[in-house]
Amino acid sequence: MSTQLVSEHAAVRRRTARAWAITTLGPATMLGGVVWAFLQPYRITLLHPHGQGFWWLAIEPPLLVVAAGIVFAFLVAPGVIEDLDAEEHGP
Amino acid sequence: MEPPSEFVHWMFATGFLLLGLCLLAQAIVGDEVWRRRSWRAYLWPGLIFLMGLLMWPVMVFFTNSTVHMLAHGSWAQVMMLAGASELGLVRGKLHSRYWRLTMPLAFLVSGSAILIHEQNSWYFARSAFLHHLIGWTIVSCAIFPLVATFRPRSTFWRSGFALTFVVLGVMLYCDRDVAPVFGHIASQAGTPHR
Repeated sequence: MSTQLVSEHAAVRRRTARAWAITTLGPATMLGGVVWAFLQPYRITLLHPHGQGFWWLAIEPPLLVVAAGIVFAFLVAPGVIEDLDAEEHGP
Repeated sequence: MEPPSEFVHWMFATGFLLLGLCLLAQAIVGDEVWRRRSWRAYLWPGLIFLMGLLMWPVMVFFTNSTVHMLAHGSWAQVMMLAGASELGLVRGKLHSRYWRLTMPLAFLVSGSAILIHEQNSWYFARSAFLHHLIGWTIVSCAIFPLVATFRPRSTFWRSGFALTFVVLGVMLYCDRDVAPVFGHIASQAGTPHR
């Protein structure tokens, strides 16, 4: 195998690893929030909403972590992966 | 309608978590790919600037002592300065890379302020413990943006910088108004109610 082919193969593998890392960041964050919710269910006041005030119902940390993961996974990551792909297949 | 202080910590924790994710993504893919879309180039500097701006209402509405007011005010100023510097660099209005030194400056000022404004010892209550831990973490992690200023292509230093915000977010999420830490709580701290 020529050295050019080996170096091209290594570059593609590195880009694939980067794309995988970006794809994983959002779901990993969401998973973190879900695991936290299972470990500390009392922090999800939606599960026992009676007698809770506005802030206790609106701001629930494990759900905020899931929300941050969703924002990143759906608003930021797709464009980054698209641009990474464009760089890979670009001129 | 004013939220208890722990909710403010949790909202800022979410901002830091998002900030950390964006910075981590930029460290992974590199500046060229990250800045292919102009809105993305402004994303995290704008987020830092916005969080600095939002520290002002925190300063106004959550001032229970002069030292709190000074701490919140200093965070607001240095976060806005660091965010604005990065925005200026991205926009091309600023050219010197030394403007990036505003970030380690923000870390040092913020970390010092959080340590100075915590009047109680480590094991007084959970919030006191977290204030000490966050303060020392921010001060020691100032090394990441400092070295990244001079080695802007280093994935290690940039990832460390990004992960500092993720860790900071996790620590802020742990904050509760009156809660024990590792089974310790001072009698003067009050009764834990959750």
